[in-house]
Amino acid sequence: MNEQVILEVKDISLSVGPKSILSHCSLTLHKGELKVLIGPSGAGKSTLLQCINVLTQADSGQILLEGREVMTQNAKELCCYRTKVGMIFQDFKLFDHLTAIENVSIALRKVRGMSKEEAKKRAMQELERVNLAEQRELYPAQLSGGQKQRVAFARALAMDPLVLLLDEPTSALDPELVGEVLAVIRDLASGGMTMIMATHQMDFIRAISSEIIFMENGHIVEQGPPESLLGENAQSRTKQFYNSLASV
Amino acid sequence: MSLDLLFFQEELLPALNRGLVVSLALIIPASLIGFVFGVVLGCTRTYGSRFVKKLGDAFTALVRGVPLAIQLMFIYYALPKLGVFFEPYGAALTSFIICTSAYQSEYIRGALLSIHKGQIQAAKALGFTPLKTILWIIIPQAARRALPGCGNEIIYLIKYSSLAYLVTCMELMGEGKVVASDTFRFMEVFLAVGLYYLCMVSIATVLLHWLEKKASIPGFRPR
Repeated sequence: MNEQVILEVKDISLSVGPKSILSHCSLTLHKGELKVLIGPSGAGKSTLLQCINVLTQADSGQILLEGREVMTQNAKELCCYRTKVGMIFQDFKLFDHLTAIENVSIALRKVRGMSKEEAKKRAMQELERVNLAEQRELYPAQLSGGQKQRVAFARALAMDPLVLLLDEPTSALDPELVGEVLAVIRDLASGGMTMIMATHQMDFIRAISSEIIFMENGHIVEQGPPESLLGENAQSRTKQFYNSLASV
Repeated sequence: MSLDLLFFQEELLPALNRGLVVSLALIIPASLIGFVFGVVLGCTRTYGSRFVKKLGDAFTALVRGVPLAIQLMFIYYALPKLGVFFEPYGAALTSFIICTSAYQSEYIRGALLSIHKGQIQAAKALGFTPLKTILWIIIPQAARRALPGCGNEIIYLIKYSSLAYLVTCMELMGEGKVVASDTFRFMEVFLAVGLYYLCMVSIATVLLHWLEKKASIPGFRPR
Protein backbone atom coordinates (compact mmCIF):
# COMPACT_ATOMS: atom_id res chain seq x y z
CA MET A 1 0.00 0.00 0.00
CA ASN A 2 1.27 3.39 -1.02
CA GLU A 3 1.37 5.61 2.05
CA GLN A 4 0.99 8.96 0.32
CA VAL A 5 -1.81 10.89 2.01
CA ILE A 6 -4.28 12.39 -0.45
CA LEU A 7 -7.02 13.76 1.74
CA GLU A 8 -7.10 14.46 5.40
CA VAL A 9 -10.22 15.52 7.23
CA LYS A 10 -9.66 16.74 10.77
CA ASP A 11 -12.17 17.25 13.50
CA ILE A 12 -15.19 18.19 11.39
CA SER A 13 -18.21 19.25 13.42
CA LEU A 14 -21.57 20.52 12.34
CA SER A 15 -24.72 21.30 14.23
CA VAL A 16 -28.05 22.63 13.09
CA GLY A 17 -29.63 24.55 15.92
CA PRO A 18 -29.16 22.55 19.10
CA LYS A 19 -28.83 19.29 17.20
CA SER A 20 -25.36 17.97 16.56
CA ILE A 21 -25.15 16.39 13.08
CA LEU A 22 -21.42 15.64 13.00
CA SER A 23 -19.07 15.76 15.91
CA HIS A 24 -15.30 15.68 15.63
CA CYS A 25 -15.09 13.45 12.57
CA SER A 26 -11.58 12.81 11.33
CA LEU A 27 -10.29 10.53 8.63
CA THR A 28 -7.32 10.09 6.37
CA LEU A 29 -7.31 8.79 2.83
CA HIS A 30 -4.14 7.36 1.34
CA LYS A 31 -3.51 7.07 -2.34
CA GLY A 32 -5.41 4.19 -3.90
CA GLU A 33 -7.51 3.49 -0.84
CA LEU A 34 -11.22 2.78 -0.89
CA LYS A 35 -12.74 3.65 2.44
CA VAL A 36 -16.34 2.88 3.09
CA LEU A 37 -18.70 4.80 5.32
CA ILE A 38 -21.46 2.72 6.81
CA GLY A 39 -23.97 3.14 9.57
CA PRO A 40 -27.68 3.49 10.19
CA SER A 41 -29.62 6.13 8.31
CA GLY A 42 -29.27 9.55 9.87
CA ALA A 43 -25.77 8.73 11.07
CA GLY A 44 -24.31 11.64 9.11
CA LYS A 45 -22.60 9.72 6.28
CA SER A 46 -23.97 11.90 3.49
CA THR A 47 -23.45 15.07 5.48
CA LEU A 48 -19.84 14.16 6.14
CA LEU A 49 -19.26 13.66 2.41
CA GLN A 50 -20.99 16.96 1.67
CA CYS A 51 -18.78 18.67 4.24
CA ILE A 52 -15.69 17.19 2.62
CA ASN A 53 -16.33 19.01 -0.64
CA VAL A 54 -18.00 21.91 1.16
CA LEU A 55 -21.45 21.58 -0.39
CA THR A 56 -22.30 21.92 3.28
CA GLN A 57 -20.07 24.22 5.27
CA ALA A 58 -18.92 22.59 8.49
CA ASP A 59 -18.90 24.65 11.69
CA SER A 60 -15.34 23.70 12.48
CA GLY A 61 -12.60 21.43 11.28
CA GLN A 62 -9.92 21.29 8.65
CA ILE A 63 -9.58 19.73 5.24
CA LEU A 64 -6.15 19.03 3.80
CA LEU A 65 -5.65 17.98 0.19
CA GLU A 66 -2.18 16.54 -0.46
CA GLY A 67 -1.01 18.09 2.79
CA ARG A 68 -2.21 21.62 2.04
CA GLU A 69 -5.08 23.07 4.02
CA VAL A 70 -8.04 24.13 1.89
CA MET A 71 -9.24 27.65 2.62
CA THR A 72 -12.93 26.95 2.23
CA GLN A 73 -13.87 30.60 2.73
CA ASN A 74 -11.95 31.63 -0.37
CA ALA A 75 -14.36 31.23 -3.30
CA LYS A 76 -11.67 30.81 -5.93
CA GLU A 77 -9.68 28.30 -3.95
CA LEU A 78 -12.85 26.40 -3.14
CA CYS A 79 -13.77 26.04 -6.83
CA CYS A 80 -10.24 24.86 -7.61
CA TYR A 81 -10.37 22.34 -4.76
CA ARG A 82 -13.70 20.99 -5.95
CA THR A 83 -12.33 20.29 -9.44
CA LYS A 84 -9.88 17.92 -7.75
CA VAL A 85 -12.52 16.17 -5.63
CA GLY A 86 -15.08 14.32 -7.70
CA MET A 87 -18.52 13.68 -6.28
CA ILE A 88 -21.04 10.99 -7.15
CA PHE A 89 -24.55 11.50 -5.81
CA GLN A 90 -27.19 9.00 -4.86
CA ASP A 91 -29.65 10.57 -7.33
CA PHE A 92 -27.05 11.14 -10.11
CA LYS A 93 -27.78 14.85 -10.54
CA LEU A 94 -27.00 14.84 -14.25
CA PHE A 95 -27.67 18.13 -16.00
CA ASP A 96 -31.14 17.55 -17.42
CA HIS A 97 -30.74 19.85 -20.43
CA LEU A 98 -27.57 18.24 -21.74
CA THR A 99 -26.89 14.99 -23.57
CA ALA A 100 -24.65 12.36 -22.02
CA ILE A 101 -21.57 13.63 -23.81
CA GLU A 102 -22.39 17.26 -23.03
CA ASN A 103 -22.84 16.36 -19.38
CA VAL A 104 -19.30 15.04 -19.36
CA SER A 105 -17.76 17.80 -21.45
CA ILE A 106 -19.41 20.92 -20.02
CA ALA A 107 -17.16 21.24 -16.97
CA LEU A 108 -14.11 20.56 -19.14
CA ARG A 109 -15.10 23.50 -21.31
CA LYS A 110 -16.49 25.98 -18.80
CA VAL A 111 -14.32 25.18 -15.79
CA ARG A 112 -11.14 23.80 -17.33
CA GLY A 113 -11.37 26.07 -20.38
CA MET A 114 -10.84 23.33 -22.97
CA SER A 115 -11.92 23.87 -26.56
CA LYS A 116 -15.12 22.22 -27.70
CA GLU A 117 -13.32 19.56 -29.79
CA GLU A 118 -10.79 18.76 -27.11
CA ALA A 119 -13.49 18.46 -24.45
CA LYS A 120 -15.62 16.27 -26.68
CA LYS A 121 -12.70 13.95 -27.36
CA ARG A 122 -11.94 13.62 -23.69
CA ALA A 123 -15.62 13.13 -22.82
CA MET A 124 -15.83 10.37 -25.40
CA GLN A 125 -12.92 8.54 -23.78
CA GLU A 126 -14.65 8.71 -20.41
CA LEU A 127 -17.95 7.49 -21.84
CA GLU A 128 -16.14 4.60 -23.48
CA ARG A 129 -14.58 3.75 -20.14
CA VAL A 130 -18.07 3.31 -18.64
CA ASN A 131 -19.38 1.57 -21.79
CA LEU A 132 -21.76 4.32 -22.84
CA ALA A 133 -20.25 5.45 -26.13
CA GLU A 134 -23.42 4.52 -27.99
CA GLN A 135 -25.65 6.51 -25.65
CA ARG A 136 -23.63 9.72 -26.01
CA GLU A 137 -26.39 11.69 -27.72
CA LEU A 138 -29.17 10.67 -25.32
CA TYR A 139 -30.57 12.97 -22.67
CA PRO A 140 -30.75 11.94 -19.00
CA ALA A 141 -34.49 11.32 -19.29
CA GLN A 142 -33.75 8.71 -21.96
CA LEU A 143 -31.22 6.78 -19.88
CA SER A 144 -31.79 4.08 -17.27
CA GLY A 145 -30.75 4.70 -13.69
CA GLY A 146 -27.60 2.65 -14.04
CA GLN A 147 -26.66 4.44 -17.24
CA LYS A 148 -27.25 7.81 -15.60
CA GLN A 149 -24.96 6.91 -12.73
CA ARG A 150 -22.30 5.74 -15.16
CA VAL A 151 -22.52 9.07 -17.00
CA ALA A 152 -22.11 10.75 -13.62
CA PHE A 153 -18.92 8.72 -13.10
CA ALA A 154 -17.65 9.73 -16.53
CA ARG A 155 -18.44 13.36 -15.73
CA ALA A 156 -16.53 13.25 -12.45
CA LEU A 157 -13.60 11.27 -13.86
CA ALA A 158 -13.14 13.62 -16.81
CA MET A 159 -11.93 16.25 -14.36
CA ASP A 160 -9.05 13.95 -13.31
CA PRO A 161 -9.95 14.09 -9.63
CA LEU A 162 -7.42 13.12 -6.97
CA VAL A 163 -10.19 11.57 -4.93
CA LEU A 164 -13.77 10.53 -5.53
CA LEU A 165 -16.55 10.92 -2.97
CA LEU A 166 -19.41 8.50 -3.52
CA ASP A 167 -22.66 9.14 -1.71
CA GLU A 168 -24.64 5.90 -1.85
CA PRO A 169 -24.04 5.51 -5.58
CA THR A 170 -26.28 2.46 -5.92
CA SER A 171 -29.08 3.19 -3.45
CA ALA A 172 -31.45 4.73 -5.99
CA LEU A 173 -31.02 1.94 -8.51
CA ASP A 174 -33.20 -1.03 -9.30
CA PRO A 175 -31.49 -4.20 -8.05
CA GLU A 176 -30.67 -5.45 -11.55
CA LEU A 177 -28.87 -2.19 -12.36
CA VAL A 178 -26.67 -2.15 -9.27
CA GLY A 179 -24.14 -4.53 -10.79
CA GLU A 180 -23.15 -2.30 -13.69
CA VAL A 181 -22.36 0.58 -11.34
CA LEU A 182 -20.47 -1.61 -8.89
CA ALA A 183 -18.44 -2.88 -11.85
CA VAL A 184 -17.35 0.69 -12.58
CA ILE A 185 -16.35 1.20 -8.94
CA ARG A 186 -14.44 -2.07 -8.93
CA ASP A 187 -12.57 -1.05 -12.09
CA LEU A 188 -11.68 2.28 -10.53
CA ALA A 189 -10.48 0.66 -7.34
CA SER A 190 -8.24 -1.75 -9.22
CA GLY A 191 -7.00 1.19 -11.27
CA GLY A 192 -5.82 2.85 -8.07
CA MET A 193 -8.43 5.58 -7.68
CA THR A 194 -8.69 6.99 -4.18
CA MET A 195 -12.28 6.85 -3.01
CA ILE A 196 -14.52 7.23 -0.03
CA MET A 197 -17.99 5.76 -0.36
CA ALA A 198 -21.11 5.77 1.75
CA THR A 199 -23.03 2.60 0.97
CA HIS A 200 -25.20 -0.23 2.18
CA GLN A 201 -23.79 -2.85 -0.19
CA MET A 202 -22.25 -4.92 2.60
CA ASP A 203 -20.96 -7.83 0.54
CA PHE A 204 -19.37 -5.47 -1.89
CA ILE A 205 -17.72 -3.65 1.00
CA ARG A 206 -16.23 -6.84 2.31
CA ALA A 207 -14.80 -7.75 -1.03
CA ILE A 208 -13.33 -4.47 -2.06
CA SER A 209 -12.85 -1.91 0.69
CA SER A 210 -9.51 -1.24 2.30
CA GLU A 211 -11.13 0.16 5.41
CA ILE A 212 -14.55 0.49 6.95
CA ILE A 213 -15.63 3.59 8.85
CA PHE A 214 -18.67 3.00 10.99
CA MET A 215 -20.72 6.06 11.89
CA GLU A 216 -23.56 6.53 14.32
CA ASN A 217 -25.25 9.71 15.53
CA GLY A 218 -22.69 11.93 13.91
CA HIS A 219 -19.72 10.15 15.46
CA ILE A 220 -17.16 7.94 13.84
CA VAL A 221 -17.49 4.93 16.12
CA GLU A 222 -14.99 2.53 14.61
CA GLN A 223 -12.63 2.29 11.72
CA GLY A 224 -10.52 -0.53 10.52
CA PRO A 225 -9.98 -3.08 7.75
CA PRO A 226 -13.02 -5.27 6.99
CA GLU A 227 -11.30 -8.45 8.07
CA SER A 228 -10.83 -7.13 11.61
CA LEU A 229 -14.24 -5.42 11.95
CA LEU A 230 -16.24 -8.14 10.24
CA GLY A 231 -14.04 -11.18 10.94
CA GLU A 232 -15.30 -14.39 12.55
CA ASN A 233 -14.71 -13.38 16.13
CA ALA A 234 -15.07 -9.65 15.81
CA GLN A 235 -17.05 -8.03 18.60
CA SER A 236 -17.42 -4.76 16.75
CA ARG A 237 -20.42 -2.45 16.47
CA THR A 238 -19.89 -2.75 12.71
CA LYS A 239 -20.40 -6.49 12.91
CA GLN A 240 -23.64 -6.06 14.86
CA PHE A 241 -24.88 -3.65 12.22
CA TYR A 242 -23.82 -6.04 9.48
CA ASN A 243 -25.68 -8.90 11.13
CA SER A 244 -28.80 -6.83 11.66
CA LEU A 245 -28.81 -6.00 7.91
CA ALA A 246 -28.20 -9.63 6.98
CA SER A 247 -31.11 -10.85 9.13
CA VAL A 248 -33.67 -8.72 7.30
CA MET B 1 -74.86 48.57 -44.26
CA SER B 2 -73.01 47.76 -47.45
CA LEU B 3 -69.31 47.18 -47.76
CA ASP B 4 -67.59 50.28 -49.18
CA LEU B 5 -64.54 48.81 -50.89
CA LEU B 6 -63.22 52.17 -51.93
CA PHE B 7 -63.15 53.34 -48.32
CA PHE B 8 -61.15 50.30 -47.37
CA GLN B 9 -58.70 50.57 -50.26
CA GLU B 10 -58.15 54.29 -50.32
CA GLU B 11 -58.46 55.31 -46.71
CA LEU B 12 -58.57 52.66 -44.04
CA LEU B 13 -56.00 50.08 -45.15
CA PRO B 14 -53.24 52.56 -46.04
CA ALA B 15 -53.70 54.23 -42.65
CA LEU B 16 -53.75 50.93 -40.79
CA ASN B 17 -50.70 49.66 -42.68
CA ARG B 18 -48.84 52.82 -41.67
CA GLY B 19 -49.91 52.18 -38.11
CA LEU B 20 -48.93 48.53 -38.34
CA VAL B 21 -45.34 49.48 -39.19
CA VAL B 22 -45.18 51.70 -36.10
CA SER B 23 -46.80 49.01 -33.98
CA LEU B 24 -44.23 46.46 -35.12
CA ALA B 25 -41.46 48.99 -34.49
CA LEU B 26 -42.74 49.15 -30.91
CA ILE B 27 -43.51 45.48 -30.31
CA ILE B 28 -40.42 43.82 -31.75
CA PRO B 29 -37.73 45.86 -29.95
CA ALA B 30 -39.81 46.10 -26.77
CA SER B 31 -40.28 42.35 -26.58
CA LEU B 32 -36.63 41.55 -27.32
CA ILE B 33 -35.05 44.20 -25.08
CA GLY B 34 -37.72 43.68 -22.45
CA PHE B 35 -36.98 39.95 -22.41
CA VAL B 36 -33.24 40.48 -21.95
CA PHE B 37 -33.86 43.01 -19.18
CA GLY B 38 -36.40 40.64 -17.69
CA VAL B 39 -33.81 37.84 -17.56
CA VAL B 40 -31.27 40.13 -15.89
CA LEU B 41 -33.88 41.46 -13.49
CA GLY B 42 -35.22 37.98 -12.74
CA CYS B 43 -31.69 36.69 -12.04
CA THR B 44 -30.82 39.57 -9.74
CA ARG B 45 -34.12 39.20 -7.94
CA THR B 46 -33.41 35.49 -7.42
CA TYR B 47 -29.66 35.36 -6.85
CA GLY B 48 -28.65 38.94 -6.05
CA SER B 49 -27.52 40.32 -2.71
CA ARG B 50 -30.23 41.36 -0.28
CA PHE B 51 -30.03 44.98 -1.31
CA VAL B 52 -30.20 44.28 -5.04
CA LYS B 53 -33.06 41.86 -4.45
CA LYS B 54 -35.04 44.47 -2.56
CA LEU B 55 -34.34 47.02 -5.26
CA GLY B 56 -35.54 44.65 -7.97
CA ASP B 57 -38.62 43.71 -5.98
CA ALA B 58 -39.47 47.38 -5.42
CA PHE B 59 -39.08 48.15 -9.13
CA THR B 60 -41.33 45.24 -10.05
CA ALA B 61 -43.92 46.15 -7.43
CA LEU B 62 -44.03 49.72 -8.72
CA VAL B 63 -44.29 48.78 -12.40
CA ARG B 64 -46.85 46.06 -11.81
CA GLY B 65 -48.80 48.17 -9.37
CA VAL B 66 -49.40 51.21 -11.54
CA PRO B 67 -51.57 51.09 -14.69
CA LEU B 68 -49.54 51.17 -17.87
CA ALA B 69 -51.56 54.13 -19.16
CA ILE B 70 -50.40 56.19 -16.20
CA GLN B 71 -46.78 55.16 -16.70
CA LEU B 72 -47.02 56.20 -20.35
CA MET B 73 -48.57 59.56 -19.52
CA PHE B 74 -46.02 60.11 -16.79
CA ILE B 75 -43.06 59.45 -19.06
CA TYR B 76 -44.40 61.58 -21.91
CA TYR B 77 -46.15 64.46 -20.11
CA ALA B 78 -44.66 64.61 -16.61
CA LEU B 79 -40.97 63.83 -17.12
CA PRO B 80 -40.44 66.93 -19.34
CA LYS B 81 -41.16 68.99 -16.22
CA LEU B 82 -38.03 67.36 -14.77
CA GLY B 83 -36.09 68.08 -17.92
CA VAL B 84 -36.39 64.62 -19.48
CA PHE B 85 -37.89 64.78 -22.96
CA PHE B 86 -39.11 61.92 -25.12
CA GLU B 87 -40.50 61.70 -28.62
CA PRO B 88 -43.89 59.95 -28.64
CA TYR B 89 -42.28 56.81 -30.08
CA GLY B 90 -39.43 56.92 -27.55
CA ALA B 91 -41.80 57.41 -24.66
CA ALA B 92 -43.98 54.49 -25.71
CA LEU B 93 -41.03 52.18 -26.36
CA THR B 94 -39.39 53.06 -23.03
CA SER B 95 -42.50 52.48 -21.05
CA PHE B 96 -43.23 49.17 -22.80
CA ILE B 97 -39.68 47.94 -22.15
CA ILE B 98 -40.01 48.85 -18.47
CA CYS B 99 -43.41 47.23 -18.17
CA THR B 100 -42.63 44.03 -20.04
CA SER B 101 -39.29 43.51 -18.29
CA ALA B 102 -40.99 43.67 -14.90
CA TYR B 103 -43.53 41.02 -15.93
CA GLN B 104 -40.92 38.88 -17.69
CA SER B 105 -38.73 38.95 -14.58
CA GLU B 106 -41.57 37.34 -12.67
CA TYR B 107 -41.86 34.46 -15.17
CA ILE B 108 -38.08 34.08 -15.18
CA ARG B 109 -37.95 34.13 -11.39
CA GLY B 110 -40.54 31.38 -11.21
CA ALA B 111 -38.57 29.28 -13.68
CA LEU B 112 -35.29 29.87 -11.86
CA LEU B 113 -36.87 28.76 -8.59
CA SER B 114 -38.16 25.61 -10.26
CA ILE B 115 -34.65 24.39 -11.05
CA HIS B 116 -33.82 21.52 -8.75
CA LYS B 117 -31.23 22.24 -6.07
CA GLY B 118 -29.35 19.13 -7.13
CA GLN B 119 -28.45 20.70 -10.46
CA ILE B 120 -26.71 23.52 -8.62
CA GLN B 121 -24.99 21.10 -6.25
CA ALA B 122 -23.71 19.03 -9.15
CA ALA B 123 -22.30 22.14 -10.82
CA LYS B 124 -20.66 23.28 -7.59
CA ALA B 125 -19.12 19.86 -7.08
CA LEU B 126 -17.51 20.12 -10.52
CA GLY B 127 -15.92 23.46 -9.64
CA PHE B 128 -18.37 25.81 -11.37
CA THR B 129 -18.38 29.33 -9.96
CA PRO B 130 -21.82 30.72 -9.04
CA LEU B 131 -21.89 32.90 -12.18
CA LYS B 132 -20.92 30.02 -14.46
CA THR B 133 -23.54 27.85 -12.79
CA ILE B 134 -26.22 30.41 -13.52
CA LEU B 135 -25.05 30.94 -17.11
CA TRP B 136 -24.48 27.37 -18.22
CA ILE B 137 -26.69 25.22 -16.02
CA ILE B 138 -29.57 27.23 -14.65
CA ILE B 139 -30.47 29.68 -17.41
CA PRO B 140 -30.58 27.08 -20.21
CA GLN B 141 -33.02 25.05 -18.14
CA ALA B 142 -34.99 27.96 -16.75
CA ALA B 143 -35.39 29.55 -20.18
CA ARG B 144 -37.20 26.44 -21.39
CA ARG B 145 -39.47 26.41 -18.37
CA ALA B 146 -40.14 30.15 -18.72
CA LEU B 147 -40.91 30.04 -22.43
CA PRO B 148 -44.70 29.56 -22.18
CA GLY B 149 -45.01 32.37 -19.63
CA CYS B 150 -42.69 34.70 -21.49
CA GLY B 151 -44.58 34.02 -24.71
CA ASN B 152 -47.78 34.91 -22.95
CA GLU B 153 -46.27 38.23 -21.93
CA ILE B 154 -45.22 38.95 -25.52
CA ILE B 155 -48.78 38.31 -26.67
CA TYR B 156 -49.97 40.66 -23.97
CA LEU B 157 -47.45 43.24 -25.13
CA ILE B 158 -48.78 43.09 -28.67
CA LYS B 159 -52.15 44.14 -27.35
CA TYR B 160 -51.14 46.73 -24.80
CA SER B 161 -48.95 48.36 -27.43
CA SER B 162 -52.29 49.84 -28.53
CA LEU B 163 -52.03 52.20 -25.55
CA ALA B 164 -49.23 54.08 -27.30
CA TYR B 165 -51.83 56.26 -29.01
CA LEU B 166 -52.36 57.91 -25.59
CA VAL B 167 -49.03 59.67 -26.02
CA THR B 168 -49.74 60.51 -29.68
CA CYS B 169 -47.56 57.71 -31.00
CA MET B 170 -49.47 56.91 -34.17
CA GLU B 171 -49.51 53.16 -34.22
CA LEU B 172 -52.28 50.86 -35.36
CA MET B 173 -54.82 51.96 -32.77
CA GLY B 174 -53.97 55.67 -33.21
CA GLU B 175 -54.31 55.56 -36.98
CA GLY B 176 -57.56 53.64 -36.70
CA LYS B 177 -58.97 56.10 -34.22
CA VAL B 178 -58.20 59.05 -36.50
CA VAL B 179 -59.90 57.40 -39.48
CA ALA B 180 -62.87 56.49 -37.30
CA SER B 181 -63.40 59.98 -35.96
CA ASP B 182 -62.95 61.50 -39.42
CA THR B 183 -65.44 59.19 -41.11
CA PHE B 184 -67.67 57.97 -38.26
CA ARG B 185 -67.25 54.43 -39.62
CA PHE B 186 -66.56 52.96 -36.18
CA MET B 187 -67.84 49.52 -37.07
CA GLU B 188 -65.55 48.94 -40.05
CA VAL B 189 -62.55 50.63 -38.51
CA PHE B 190 -62.50 48.86 -35.17
CA LEU B 191 -63.37 45.49 -36.68
CA ALA B 192 -60.43 45.95 -39.05
CA VAL B 193 -58.09 47.12 -36.28
CA GLY B 194 -59.16 44.18 -34.14
CA LEU B 195 -58.45 41.85 -37.04
CA TYR B 196 -54.95 43.29 -37.42
CA TYR B 197 -54.21 42.58 -33.77
CA LEU B 198 -55.72 39.11 -34.02
CA CYS B 199 -53.43 38.38 -36.98
CA MET B 200 -50.36 39.64 -35.13
CA VAL B 201 -51.19 37.57 -32.08
CA SER B 202 -51.85 34.48 -34.19
CA ILE B 203 -48.53 34.79 -35.97
CA ALA B 204 -46.76 35.32 -32.63
CA THR B 205 -48.51 32.25 -31.22
CA VAL B 206 -47.32 30.10 -34.11
CA LEU B 207 -43.78 31.44 -33.80
CA LEU B 208 -43.71 30.85 -30.06
CA HIS B 209 -45.00 27.31 -30.48
CA TRP B 210 -42.30 26.66 -33.02
CA LEU B 211 -39.69 28.04 -30.67
CA GLU B 212 -40.96 25.92 -27.79
CA LYS B 213 -40.83 22.84 -29.96
CA LYS B 214 -37.35 23.65 -31.20
CA ALA B 215 -36.05 24.22 -27.68
CA SER B 216 -37.74 21.17 -26.23
CA ILE B 217 -35.61 18.45 -24.72
CA PRO B 218 -36.64 14.98 -23.58
CA GLY B 219 -37.57 15.17 -19.93
CA PHE B 220 -38.56 18.81 -20.12
CA ARG B 221 -41.90 18.12 -21.72
CA PRO B 222 -44.74 16.27 -20.07
CA ARG B 223 -45.02 12.94 -21.83
